[in-house]
Amino acid sequence: MADIPKDAPEHCPGTDSGSAGKASACQGCPNQTICSSAKPQGPDPAIGEIKNRLASVKHKIIVLSGKGGVGKSTFTAHLAHGLAADESKQIGVLDVDICGPSIPRILGLEGEQVHQSSSGWSPVYVTDNLAVMSVGFLLSGPDDAVIWRGPKKNGMIKQFLRDVDWGEIDYLVIDTPPGTSDEHISTTQYLSQTNVDGAVLLTTPQEVALQDVRKEITFCRKVNLPIIGVVENMSGFVCPKCTTESVIFPPTTGGGEKMAADSNIPFLGKLPLDPRIGKCCDEGKNYFEEVQESPATLAFKSIIDKIKDYCMKRREQIETDTGEENR
Amino acid sequence: MEIVKRMSKIKHKIAVMSGKGGVGKSTIAVNLAVALSKKGYRTGILDIDIHGPNVPRMLKIGKKDLIISAEGIVPVKVGNLKVISVQLLLPEENSPIIWRGPRKTAAIRQFLVDVSWGDLDILVIDCPPGTGDEHLTILQSIPFFDGIIMVTTPHEVSLDDVEKSINMAKHLKIKVLGIVENMSGFVCPECKTEIPIFGSGGGNKIASKTNIPLLGNVPIDIASKELEDVLLIENGESETSKRLLKIVNKIENIVLKREE
Repeated sequence: MADIPKDAPEHCPGTDSGSAGKASACQGCPNQTICSSAKPQGPDPAIGEIKNRLASVKHKIIVLSGKGGVGKSTFTAHLAHGLAADESKQIGVLDVDICGPSIPRILGLEGEQVHQSSSGWSPVYVTDNLAVMSVGFLLSGPDDAVIWRGPKKNGMIKQFLRDVDWGEIDYLVIDTPPGTSDEHISTTQYLSQTNVDGAVLLTTPQEVALQDVRKEITFCRKVNLPIIGVVENMSGFVCPKCTTESVIFPPTTGGGEKMAADSNIPFLGKLPLDPRIGKCCDEGKNYFEEVQESPATLAFKSIIDKIKDYCMKRREQIETDTGEENR
Repeated sequence: MEIVKRMSKIKHKIAVMSGKGGVGKSTIAVNLAVALSKKGYRTGILDIDIHGPNVPRMLKIGKKDLIISAEGIVPVKVGNLKVISVQLLLPEENSPIIWRGPRKTAAIRQFLVDVSWGDLDILVIDCPPGTGDEHLTILQSIPFFDGIIMVTTPHEVSLDDVEKSINMAKHLKIKVLGIVENMSGFVCPECKTEIPIFGSGGGNKIASKTNIPLLGNVPIDIASKELEDVLLIENGESETSKRLLKIVNKIENIVLKREE
C-alpha cells in the first residue's frame, strides 16, 4: 500500500511511487519538491518551525466561510476588538486573504508598513494589545493587485506563520478568503502541529450562502479542524425611522441555526444588519466604541463570550488530559 | 488549439467579476444571461467559481447528470440558456472542492476544451472573488475576450478589492466594459425611506477614479427574495428589475450591437 502523507492531495501516487512528485496530482502539494528529489527527507520543515514560533500563542481561532461577502473580515476585526477590550490580554490578527486583504482598512491601519527585526517580522499595532499582520501592509497602495497563483500564495502564508514575531499572545484570530483552496489548505497544514482551538464559520441566512458554508463544514472535518460554531450575520434589519423589521436575506431553508443543528455543530448566534457596522469598517473604527448600545453590540458580545468559554474549556481539557498522561 | 476551436464558435465572451466576495456577481451574471437569452440571443453561462458554484441553485437546476455526446459535454438547458457549472459534476451537493491552484487551472482548461457550447452569440462567465488562479486561467486562455463587467457594493471595503481586479484586467490588457453597483440602498417596505444599508456612492467613486463607465445601480429587492427568486429581472414592476434591464440593454449595446 503506497504511503500517502496526511497533507497529500487526492490521487496522490504515494511517496514510494516512481511518479512521486511528478504526477499531475502532485502539483501544489507541499511535499512535491521532497518527493521528486532523489532522497526524500520528510514533511515540510516549516511545519516544525511554525509550531515553535506559535508556541507563545495560547489560542488560535480561524474565521472561515465557504461564501464571500458574509462578513468574515468584519467579524474577525470585531472579535479581536472584543477580546482586546480586556487590556490584560494580548491579541493578534493574521489576514491570510492574499487577494482581497480587507483587515488593514477595517482596523484603521491603511498605509502602515511592516518592519523586520532580528526576531522576525513585527506586526502593526492598532492599540497596545492588538497586533495585526496582512499582505495589505506589503503592498504599495490599496489598489495594488496581488495576482498570484496558488504556490506563491502558499509561500506568503508560510512566511506569515513562521516569521511574524507575535511575542506572547493570548489569542490569534486568522481571517481567510472564501472557499476551500490554497489559503485554507496551507493554513491548516502549516498549523497542524500547533493545536488550533477551532474555526468559527460565518454565514448569512439565505440558502445560496448556506450551500457554500456546508462545503466549508465538510472541509473542516476532512482536515480535522474543530468547529467552535456557526455565526449568522446580516440576520434581519430594523429600519432606523419606523423600526419595522425587514429580512434582507431570507432564511428560506432555516438559516444558519438550522444548518448548524443539521450538521450537529453549535450555533453561536445571530448578528443583525446595522449600517453603522459597514460604516465603521470603511472608516477603520471600532464599532463597539462608536455604538456602545445596540442589538448588534449585544449580539456580538454574547458570541465573543461563547468563543472565550469554548477556548478556556478546551485548554482545561487539554491540561487535564496531559496531566492524566503524565501520571 | 482545442480551446481556440471551441471559442471560435462563440461570438462574444464576457466575464462578471469582482475582487470582493458576496457583492452579487452570480446574481448579476444569471440575470444578465437570462435576459439576453429571452431577447433571443444564443446565450451560455459558465460558472467557474469552483469552491462556491451558485449558478445552478439560482437557476433552480437540481441534481442532474451531465451528458457526454460525441461533441463533448452537453450543457444543461434552462429555457434557451445553456449552463455549465462545476456544481453539476459534484457527487453530492455539499461536497467541497479542496483543490490547490494548479488543479483548478487544469479543471477550468478542461471545461474550456470539453464543453460543447455549439454556436453562441454570447458566453457569460461567472467568476469567483479574488485575483487568482481562476481569473488568470480564464483571461489568459480565452482568445478575443470582449471584456469584464465589474460588480461592487457601495462600501469602501468593496471598492478596494474591485480596484485590484480592475488593475489585474489592465495588467492583462483586458477591457473593463463597465461597473455595476449592487445592493444600492434599501427601501423600507413600511415607511418607504431609502436607507443606504451598505453605504452609498461607491460605484460613482470608482467609476470616476478609473474612468470606467458606471452601468447602473441596483437596489435591494426583498419582494423577489421572499419568493426565493433571484431572477430579479422577471419581476418587471420592481425598481430593481427596471434598473437591471437598463444595465442589460447597455451591455447589449456595448457588446452585441457594436460593429464587428
